[in-house]
This record gives sequence, C-alpha cells and structure tokens, in this order.
Amino acid sequence: MARIESALLSLGSLNELAAQDTAIHRRDPRAKLVTTAVFIITVVSFNKYDLSGLLPFILYPIVLTSLGNVPSGEIFRKILIASPFAIFIGIFNPLLDRQILMHIGPIGISGGWLSFASILLRFALTVSVALILIATTGFEAVCLSLERMKVPRVFVTQLLFMYRYLFVLIEEALRMVRAFSLRSFNAKRVDIGVFGSLVGQLLLRTMHRAQRIHAAMLSRGFDGRIPLLRSFKADIWDAAFILFWSAFFVLARMYNIPHYLGTLFLAALP
Amino acid sequence: MHMADALISPAIGGAMWAATAGLTVYSARKLKDDLEERSVPLMGVLGAFIFAAQMINFTIPATGSSGHLGGGMILAILLGPYAAFLTMASVLTVQALFFGDGGLLALGCNIFNLGFWPCFFAYPFIYQKIIGSKPTQRRILIGATLSGIVALQLGAFGVVLETLFSGISELPFTTFVLLMQPIHLAIGIVEGLVTTAVITFVWKANPELVASESSSRGILSLKQVLAGLVVIALFTGGALSWFASTHPDGLEWAMFHTAGKEELNTPTDRIHAYTARIQGKTSILPDYGFKENSPAGKAENTQATTSESWPGISAGTTVAGITGGILTLALALCIGMILRRFSRSD
Amino acid sequence: MSHHIIEIKDLKYTYPDGTPALAGISFRITHGESVGVVGANGAGKSTLLMHINGCMSPSEGSVRIGDYPLTKKTLPSVRGRVGMIFQDPDDQLFMPTVYDDVAFGPLNQGFPRDEVESLVVYALETVGAAHLKHRPPYKLSGGEKRAVAIATVLSMSPDILLMDEPSSGLDPKARRQLIALLKSFEHTKIIATHDLDLVLDLCERTIVLNQGWVAADGRTIEIFSNAQLLEENHLEKPLRLQGF
Repeated sequence: MARIESALLSLGSLNELAAQDTAIHRRDPRAKLVTTAVFIITVVSFNKYDLSGLLPFILYPIVLTSLGNVPSGEIFRKILIASPFAIFIGIFNPLLDRQILMHIGPIGISGGWLSFASILLRFALTVSVALILIATTGFEAVCLSLERMKVPRVFVTQLLFMYRYLFVLIEEALRMVRAFSLRSFNAKRVDIGVFGSLVGQLLLRTMHRAQRIHAAMLSRGFDGRIPLLRSFKADIWDAAFILFWSAFFVLARMYNIPHYLGTLFLAALP
Repeated sequence: MHMADALISPAIGGAMWAATAGLTVYSARKLKDDLEERSVPLMGVLGAFIFAAQMINFTIPATGSSGHLGGGMILAILLGPYAAFLTMASVLTVQALFFGDGGLLALGCNIFNLGFWPCFFAYPFIYQKIIGSKPTQRRILIGATLSGIVALQLGAFGVVLETLFSGISELPFTTFVLLMQPIHLAIGIVEGLVTTAVITFVWKANPELVASESSSRGILSLKQVLAGLVVIALFTGGALSWFASTHPDGLEWAMFHTAGKEELNTPTDRIHAYTARIQGKTSILPDYGFKENSPAGKAENTQATTSESWPGISAGTTVAGITGGILTLALALCIGMILRRFSRSD
Repeated sequence: MSHHIIEIKDLKYTYPDGTPALAGISFRITHGESVGVVGANGAGKSTLLMHINGCMSPSEGSVRIGDYPLTKKTLPSVRGRVGMIFQDPDDQLFMPTVYDDVAFGPLNQGFPRDEVESLVVYALETVGAAHLKHRPPYKLSGGEKRAVAIATVLSMSPDILLMDEPSSGLDPKARRQLIALLKSFEHTKIIATHDLDLVLDLCERTIVLNQGWVAADGRTIEIFSNAQLLEENHLEKPLRLQGF
C-alpha cells in the first residue's frame, strides 16, 4: 500500500516540477526530446568495458538538474528504486568474465567488474535523463510534442487520457486495498482469490465510468476526434540547445575526454 | 522483466523501436477504420486501471511470494488486439518516463515483449480459438491460462534474445534461458489464472462486455502475423549484420555461446566444462584490444582493433584514464554547484 | 406568452435487461422555468435527464425540444442547446487542463479559435474559476471541479441546463456558492436532486417521480408542505420546513 501511495505522489510531484520557469523549462519540448534521444543512443553505443569514456556524460543531467531546479536527490532515489533488474542481470558479468583487464597498483580488475560498473553507470545516466525530461517539460507537453512529430493521434490521446485518469483510478484502488486490509488484520498482500474479485470490482466500476465519460463527451458534441489546441514555437535557443549538446555527446563518444584530461594533468605534475 | 537501456545496444534498441513504431502506426490506422467512439475513453480508463491494478500485490499460493498483474490479456479480451496494444504501450511509456521502469530506448523492446505477444498472438490464436463462439467458465479458464503462459514465455524469450544480441551482459544463452523461462512459466500460469478470475467476474456481471465478437475486432490471420514476424526478423537480422560487419566479435561471441554444444560434449565434469568455456572465451577477448597502453601490450594484440568503426573505443583503463575520470567527475560536480547557485539567484 | 421549450409525451423506457425505468411520463416546461425533479433512488430521475439530452432514446413516447422532436437526425443541433451536468465531475473533466475541458464543447461546435478563447474565458469567469484555467483536473478540489464542470457546459451557450445531483459532495460553503451561481442563471433549469432545500431555493416548480411515474407536478412550496404526499413517495420535508 505504501507503494501505491508513493506512486501517486511520484506521478504528481515529477509533473509539478515541470511547472517551474527556468531556462531549461523554457526550451521547446521537442528540443529536449531530441537531445535526450541523442544522449541515450550515444551512451548505449559505448563498448561494454568502457567506463571512463562514459563519465563526461554526467554533465548533461547535472546541468539540467541544476539549471532546471530539479532536486537531484529525488532523481537519485528513483534510480535506486528502478535498478534491481539491471543489477540482477549485470551481476553475472563479474561472475562470468574473470579475465583481468587492468591493474590498479597490485589489484587486478576483471573485465566482468568493469562491464558491471559500466552497466550501472549507463543505467544511472539513461534513467536520469528520462526522469529529468518529465521534470523539465511535463508529461502533457511531451505527449503533445510527440503528436507534432507525427506520432499517431490515437496514441497521443490515449497517453493523455490515461494519465488524466491515473489519479482517479489509483485512488480508487488505494481505497479498496485499505478497506481490505482493515478487515484482514493488516495483511500486506491480497490473497489471489480476493484479488480476482477486488480487481474485478474495480474493473467493472472502471468500465461503467468509461460509459459515463463517453456520455459526457457526446453531450458536448464529441465526434470521434479530440480537439487539442497547442502551439509550440521553437526558437534559436532551442536549436542551439540541440546542437551544443549533440556535439558534446558525439565528441565525448569519439574521444575519451577523461583520458586526455588525465594525461594533461599527469604531464603537468612536476 | 522490463528491459533497461543499460543492457541493450543501439542496434537492438533501434530495431525493436522500429518494429514497435510500425505496429503502433498499424494499430492506430486499424482503429481509425473501425473506431467505435466509445473506445477513446474506454482505452484511457482501462490503461489507468491496468496501471493501478499492477500496484496491488497478491500472494502466489504455495510459494508465498508476491506477484502482480501484467494485464495484456485482460486488455486484449476487453478491447480487441489493436486498442489493447496501444493501451499497453501507453502504460509502459508512463512507467518508463515517471519511474525509470524500463528504459526509453528499451521501450521499443518492452512494448514488443509485453504488448505484441498477448495482443497479436496469444489473444487471436489461442484465446479466441478456445473461446469459440460463446464463452463459458471453462473455456475462459483454459483460454486465459494458456494464453498467459504462451505470451509470457515468448516475452521472456524476447528479453533473452535482446540481451544476448546486445552483448553488454555476459550471460550466455543457455544460462539466461534456464533462468528466465521457468520463472516466467510460473508467472505465466499465475497471470492466466488471475486473468481468468478478473474476466469471469466481469463476465458474470455484464456478459456483453466480454463477448468475443471477432468480426468487429478485426480478424487477424495467422498469415498476417507470421508475415509481420518475418519482416521484423529480417529487419533485425539486417541491423545485426550491419552491426556485425563493423563489430565482428559481438555476434561471434553470441553465436559461440549459443552453440555451446561443443563444450557440453566434453567431460561431464561441470567444473571442467565451465573452465573450458572460460578459456574459450578469453581467447576471444584479445580482439577487443583492451589491454594496457604499454608497448608490450600493443605488441601482444596484433589484431588490436582499437580504431574500428566505433571510433576511439576507449583505452580508459590506464592511470591517465583513472585520473582523468576523477577530474571529470569533480569538474562536472563543480559546474553543477555553480549553476545551481546561479539559478537560485535568478 | 413564453414559447414552449421542453415537451415530454408519454415517455417510456425499459433497460436492456428488462427493468422498467420510465413508465409513461408527460410534462411541459416553458422558457426560463426552474424545475426540481425529486424522488427516491431508482425513481428514474437520472434516466429522465439522459432522455432529455439525447443520451438515451425512449422505448415509447417522444421528447420535443423547442421546434425539434428529438431524433437521431436532430440530435447534433439539439446538443448545443441542452447542457447536461453529470453527477460525478471527474466524468466530465477528461482533458489535460481546465482550459481544454471548457474549450472542448465550442471546438466541437466548430467555433474558430479566437471565439473559443472568449467563450472559455466568459464561462470560467461566470463560475468564478478563471484562475484555474491552466490547472490539470486532478489538482482541483470538489467545489472547484463542480464549478469547472458547469463552465464546460456554459461555454456552449445552451438554453437549457440539466443537472444531476449538483450539490452532492460539496461542503456547505461551496454549496452556498453553487446555489448563488445557479440563481443568477436565466437558463431553463431542470435539477434532479435529493437536496430538497436546494430545490426550495431555486425551483418554483417541482416534479415528484416514483418508480417511473409522475406522482406530483406543481408548485414547490405546496408539494413540500404536503407531508403525506412526500411520505408516499419515500421523501420527507426539506430540513428548513421540518418543525412546521
């Protein structure tokens, strides 16, 4: 049940962050979408043993969270919560890949550990930009800009409707689960048989609600097409945003920046 | 079971995205033709329902562990394949964007694994066939359970293949399969039973909601689906072979593990077989060219391909690399702190 | 002499599963009238309303709005004239923001963008919700939702307002504001409700339904003073009149 409540909060709070007005928030949603896509593809294209090459990419989420006033602790917490599956698969790497690939002093580090660390880093990077995208743009704006980018309208409408009723339905589910737990001496989980009728009830109510919504839509002249009024205007700053970051990502992908920095630093030492 | 971006390669991610995008456009088009107006609010609200229902954990009998609903089959039964696919896709999209549950690049994989199989395969070819012209309690049970099992097995297998061909995880094919399939067999049975329970409940209250009128839902022919799968396979194969031509070790490595039969024919002593496999693998590693940047190291790897098509594959495993890494981190954090102060003073 | 607006003749309706809902209802409502429709649960109040706005079609009998009999063909033009406010505001606020919801009706009616803008602003100001323009509906309070729901209908400039339990779930202050708002409307109003005190405040005329029949149709104050009539129809006096 705590899970349901925290999910409800997450859905609201992340979108609420999007209502702020910062340099990042003012950018056209499409610019942020494109940049996020370039980021993810570049990060994911690294060789599996690459670790230091990935590090410069941290700059993007850091800059966005700082300028965009997004609490990084929140983002980090969410990354942790989402990580179990990736860790579960990744942990096999150190177990299976024992070839020593580098040495730190006397300690040999196997390829498996390197790739595992790389997986973790990739995970943190790719998940963070997804969350930051919502926190700086808002779900609704993301959906509507998708429509501008030729995503089928039915799907965009579906996303918006689903999101709108997510709160209603999660609250209903919460109430049902609370009622259940009050009558079952606080069992944390529902028995599978009870689940069938609990969720079945919820489903029935949901379908009746759908009928009522449909009646309301028809009463206001609905003819199958949802009218959506939004205009996006991309400006020179948006183009600059995309170009700057994409160039940075490509550069960081092609050249191992930390390696150069390290070499320079060591060379500069007396 | 949601794939993360951290475990896939751009080739796989891109290929599955293309497949899913194609399916999405196709479904949207199909819906436009036989769109009942009531579908719009129904899809939205059912998507929210599945999302909410997935949050209610239940105990799986005889194991005591907890499970949660997948929902693909329930959606397919209530909405038909096209609307159900789009609805499932919307649920997964929100999960990726708000919870990081599944990556954005991996979204294509996840929508395919969790949406395609129940909606376009299990529902028309298993569930509908079993239900026939009139649903009965028994038919619902068999249909839903079988569909759940098949859909989840195929979805899990998809995860295995996608992970394998991406080459980020070290898990060999046989191990991964043995890991994923049995677990998802159990999950599939549970999903089927839960689907049965929920659908039966609704069916008893309002039979017309569960009516399986295949005509109004658009009949999918087995030919169409298989044709679609062939296209996807060709496309994925094409993407992979392009990738392989520039990165020979990846596929080679994958194939080596798939064809591990040779290893299994050697002495049945498991440890021996295991170490033999490791040795076989390590002989491949030099191709990656990841040894130290010492001249000795360079001489060793005559086949070192440090400057292949993926330019400048890092040799980030040296002291310079480590130092530089620390510097980069420090720099990034400093920039972050400065910017935060800057934005606050705005 | 005011021209007739709503004419119901011998309206009968049976649900698909055989339950009779309306058993032959007839009445006539004239322009600008404010009519309360009261009765026990299941008496047919909501069903009646759904017939007047065309969401349901009768098994027998007819509905006439102004010059038009309500048929499938005339439905689109009638829709603009009859505005229905449903019981659960969440069912009517289905767009991403308040603005989108209030603009939904006029956009479907075919108004150009700039006119839609002024219609939306007007409707929101009338209900006192102009400051909520860009809010998503899930962030509204019960009273705010109700106000916005009314605005979504007002923006279509209907002549007739149908309301199903408008005051349910409202706290006393919100309820008071709602009554004041509705009092200011000059539309023809049909209000189905359990809130008899609200009917007393807003409606000169009341129709009492009982199991699909019209049990009484007359001046509100007369009906509400008739304790026996009310009891026969599973009602009781409004709180305000109890004690007389």
